[in-house]
Amino acid sequence: MQLYLPIADIPVNVFLILAMGAAVGFVSGMFGIGGGFLMTPLLIFVGIAPAVAVASVASHIAASSFSGAISYWRRRSIDPILAVVLLTGGTVGTALGVWTFTLLRALGQLDLLIATSYVILLTTVGGLMFWEGLRALLRARRGGAATIRRPGSHGWIHGLPLKMRFKRSKIYLSVIPVVVIGLIIGFIGAVMGIGGGFILVPLMIYVLRVPTSTVVGTSMVLTLVTMIFATLLHAVTNHLVDAVLALILMIGGVTGAQFGARAGQKIRGEHLRLLLGLLVLAVGIRFAVELVIRPADLFTIRETGGGV
Amino acid sequence: MIARASLIVASFVLGAALANSPASAERLIVSVSNHRVTVTPNYSGEELVLFGSVEKDAQTPAGRNNYDLVVTVSGPRADMVTRRKERKFGIWINTDSRQFLKVPTYLALFSNRPFDDIASPEVQRRQQLGLNNVLLTQRVGPDFADVVPNDPFRSAFVRLRTQHGLYREEQSAVTFLTPTLFRTGIPLPGEVPIGTYDVEIKLFADGALVTRTETAFEIVKVGFEQFIANAAHNNGLAYGLVTAFMALMTGWMASIVFRKD
Repeated sequence: MQLYLPIADIPVNVFLILAMGAAVGFVSGMFGIGGGFLMTPLLIFVGIAPAVAVASVASHIAASSFSGAISYWRRRSIDPILAVVLLTGGTVGTALGVWTFTLLRALGQLDLLIATSYVILLTTVGGLMFWEGLRALLRARRGGAATIRRPGSHGWIHGLPLKMRFKRSKIYLSVIPVVVIGLIIGFIGAVMGIGGGFILVPLMIYVLRVPTSTVVGTSMVLTLVTMIFATLLHAVTNHLVDAVLALILMIGGVTGAQFGARAGQKIRGEHLRLLLGLLVLAVGIRFAVELVIRPADLFTIRETGGGV
Repeated sequence: MIARASLIVASFVLGAALANSPASAERLIVSVSNHRVTVTPNYSGEELVLFGSVEKDAQTPAGRNNYDLVVTVSGPRADMVTRRKERKFGIWINTDSRQFLKVPTYLALFSNRPFDDIASPEVQRRQQLGLNNVLLTQRVGPDFADVVPNDPFRSAFVRLRTQHGLYREEQSAVTFLTPTLFRTGIPLPGEVPIGTYDVEIKLFADGALVTRTETAFEIVKVGFEQFIANAAHNNGLAYGLVTAFMALMTGWMASIVFRKD
């Protein structure tokens, strides 16, 4: 069934977009990530202009993460205090990121910087997660108990002042690293145009030692708030949010996210981390290949406005 | 709008001037099957038909029947950049780029037989017959100019637009039903931009331009499509808030629908 999109200005197959929304929604519900780094390239592949894709995906991620967040909330796997502290840092980080973005664009070569940092970030984070997940899995296979309190969990991070009790996560931690992580995510998200969930989740697991049970739900709350703001910002500044495209993606996305969240609860923590690591690593390698291999067409066209 | 109006005036003046000269004894009468293509939610492109006839009068040289016709359809104009990737430090990055100024976003050239049979290369160049001869202005340093057809950026630009069905050239698309009655289809894929499209029809005989005429059609969004587009442009904040609210509602509904316990 073909439908003409009012802002993207092209006809699309509704069922294809629904299926794409559902697939990405499943992944995002399962891992507690936004999935923007998967959805945006898919939409561009279908023929939607990159700017419209980025702007519309933000609202799709908001819907998916809200539906996911509700089911995690019912299972009491969201730490509201942790989410608020992370958001405090995130807001400052986003502002800093937007400022840096403008500065970098003025200097030129922003595209290259974004592409290379994407590759470095995705392959590093993905590789580390994959490796850690693999080790945890082997440890469990050998019969050693998969310990909840991991060794070395009292590193220098836990020596920092301004400690605070995060009841739901059952951790007692300084707010400094939490705010800093929020800041980093906000900054990276604004500069690279991604929600940052796939970086936030490993940072919370490995640096803050937040139990896997509350990581996913809490990260979803952060993604939700960021993406709502991103939607508003895109709608006000570029007028490029395609509400019809967004609605189709949302319907597919929330459905997928429900099943994803359920699947995520069933899978063991180590398996989940291993799978997410593999996914992030795969996307990172795909971007790396794109940079290194000779492109099929060396030329690209971009409309720069001007009008009639 | 003013530019367009003056263009029409200019073409009228030109038409009048041509009509007075004895060399142009023919007149072209044309029409497009639909002057206003409306975009609705189920729009997925359209094919228009242009038809017309060659009107002769007393001054027409006797026995002249071997007419040739070239139809040029050009869509709304926009600035575009063509970039070329090069390998640097082991990775492929955009290095060189050219800016194309106010070039048609859609461009179609149709004729009844190959351009080479219609007119000499010199006439083809002057009358802009074929994608190789159409004027595509580039910014060259401080100047604005078109370049040779085999310029890598120009040919890449034309090739990529052609791949998307936005630039096309068909040298047998115009059919003469009788020696003076002709028709051609104008295919408009779903991706073609919204706006005003100019259609220019040129009549050739014995390798020379005899007369020309112009018509136009527009592609416009109506109803729902128009409402959404207007809302997004004129009330950005309200539009954003509604979209965000829609996201929350969809998410909430899903969690209710799929609630297990």
